[in-house]
Amino acid sequence: MTDVNTRIDTLVKQSDVVLFMKGTALFPQCGFSSRAVAILDHLGVAFQTVDVLQDPEIRQGIKDYSDWPTVPQLYVKGEFVGGSDIMMEMFEAGELQQLLTDKQVARA
Amino acid sequence: MPAAEIESLIREGIPDARIEIVDLAGDGDHYEARVVAESFRGQPRIKQHQRVYQALGGRMGNELHALKLSTSVPE
Repeated sequence: MTDVNTRIDTLVKQSDVVLFMKGTALFPQCGFSSRAVAILDHLGVAFQTVDVLQDPEIRQGIKDYSDWPTVPQLYVKGEFVGGSDIMMEMFEAGELQQLLTDKQVARA
Repeated sequence: MPAAEIESLIREGIPDARIEIVDLAGDGDHYEARVVAESFRGQPRIKQHQRVYQALGGRMGNELHALKLSTSVPE
């Protein structure tokens, strides 16, 4: 594994729910990231964010790591769930809530 | 990037797809794509989206900044 993959590997496993995004939870820098944060807030789970704008290596690296071309990206228990469109589709279908329950993710 | 180009790229990659492209902001940069394909059946959402991104061949996140994507199988 390359260095950046090792770094990302550590990041995705450092907490149950990790969101790679542009900006921070308080100040998202992109509409898609903002939507992803809003969904997680609404679900009331504890989550960590990684601001890819602060780290060009992670910004490119996460795309290769997940084989996914865009940010935001959601990881739950080290597993890639999807981007903001998938988060919204799953949320509307009740599947995201179910996933978090199944994986026994802590509430915020 | 023109909507017609997005549509033809997706169609090339996923020949059985029914595709609807909406120009969300009227600026040729923010689109929504709805892609319905029988060949999505049985595939997880991540895989369906990855197939569309693959069809777009690296343009997603570059020339094509904002594409709100939804995928489904025919009813």
